[in-house]
Amino acid sequence: MVEFALPKNSKISGGKTWPKPPGATEFREFRVYRWNPDDGKNPSVDTYYVDTNDCGPMVLDGLIWIKNHIDPSLTFRRSCREGVCGSCAMNIDGQNTLACTRSMHDVKDGAVKINPLPHQPVVKDLVPDLTNFYAQYASIEPWLKTTSPTPQKEWRQSHEDREKLDGLYECILCACCSTSCPSYWWNSDRYLGPAALLQANRWVSDSRDEATGERLDNLEDPFRLYRCHTIMNCAKACPKGLNPAEAIAELKLKMVERQI
Amino acid sequence: MSTADTPKRSMRTPLGRVRNLGAAHSGTSDFWRQRLTAVAMTLLMIPVLVIIMMLLGRNQAGAKQILGSLPVAIIMLLFIVASAWHMKIGMQVVIEDYVHNEKLKLISIMLNNFFAAAVALASIYAILQLSSGV
Repeated sequence: MVEFALPKNSKISGGKTWPKPPGATEFREFRVYRWNPDDGKNPSVDTYYVDTNDCGPMVLDGLIWIKNHIDPSLTFRRSCREGVCGSCAMNIDGQNTLACTRSMHDVKDGAVKINPLPHQPVVKDLVPDLTNFYAQYASIEPWLKTTSPTPQKEWRQSHEDREKLDGLYECILCACCSTSCPSYWWNSDRYLGPAALLQANRWVSDSRDEATGERLDNLEDPFRLYRCHTIMNCAKACPKGLNPAEAIAELKLKMVERQI
Repeated sequence: MSTADTPKRSMRTPLGRVRNLGAAHSGTSDFWRQRLTAVAMTLLMIPVLVIIMMLLGRNQAGAKQILGSLPVAIIMLLFIVASAWHMKIGMQVVIEDYVHNEKLKLISIMLNNFFAAAVALASIYAILQLSSGV
């Protein structure tokens, strides 16, 4: 059955409050999920105070400031710092988003509360294990598949057909959508989730691809595709403003279209 | 129906686990029928409510008189078929979502089918009996 409570070893207990940085005049409180696989303890939430006069405006800036000035053991992923790589996806103030594009000023009401992406195994602190997520992406075979002889130059595409990929190609695979989806929480072993399905629709919608039917065959499954119940958390969470629920609805429409 | 091996117990690759037994190549029919029955119920809802209000406070003879009309009986039968079918598909989705024990899931889906069929047949029988006056 679905688990409505956290397993014993995942229950959050206690946490350390780190002292305010000396000499700082303006602070922002950060409450950050901590878990270390090596110490055998349950997860905790540590409290930090960031000197906002010495720190950039984004939540990621705050985390980097904490790592540089207070606690070097704080572990999180980050790379591009401009919403392109998707590495710093985490749950900030109850919503999955990118720490690099979420301003700490947008987080109202006191502390900036940061947790790892929900319902994924945690590697350490804010780093989730996305192995299954990436395998699901690989399973939709995200590359151009053709049987016609390869043209001398490129595979051609009209402007109109290229426009059909807008709203799909921009996905950065940060996993904010999939890990915000209750259907994915309950059935991530069999449901592909919004991100992989949006990507699947990106290749199904590509006029150059010659494996559309094969791709749809591969998705036609009560679990792989039809676990989507249009809850719409995915569209709300997407930091790139995409709508995976709409992409999934398009896939379902194509499934019906080829039967009726 | 089987779930992918859990990562802890298996040395299978992540992609192998995701592919597992492959796609079932089904689900679209249920998806389509769920919408079909939903639209049918929406259209039938008002006439059914009118019929039920007409039946309120009447004795069996009065009910037989109303249900003896062919259009009324057909509307009621269509509504029963659409709602029982919709109920069966909807409940199956809930079971598949939340029941992860394979045996329990199989039994629940079986019972759900039996229940929907029994409710539909009992209701159809009742309408036919009243409308034909047997």
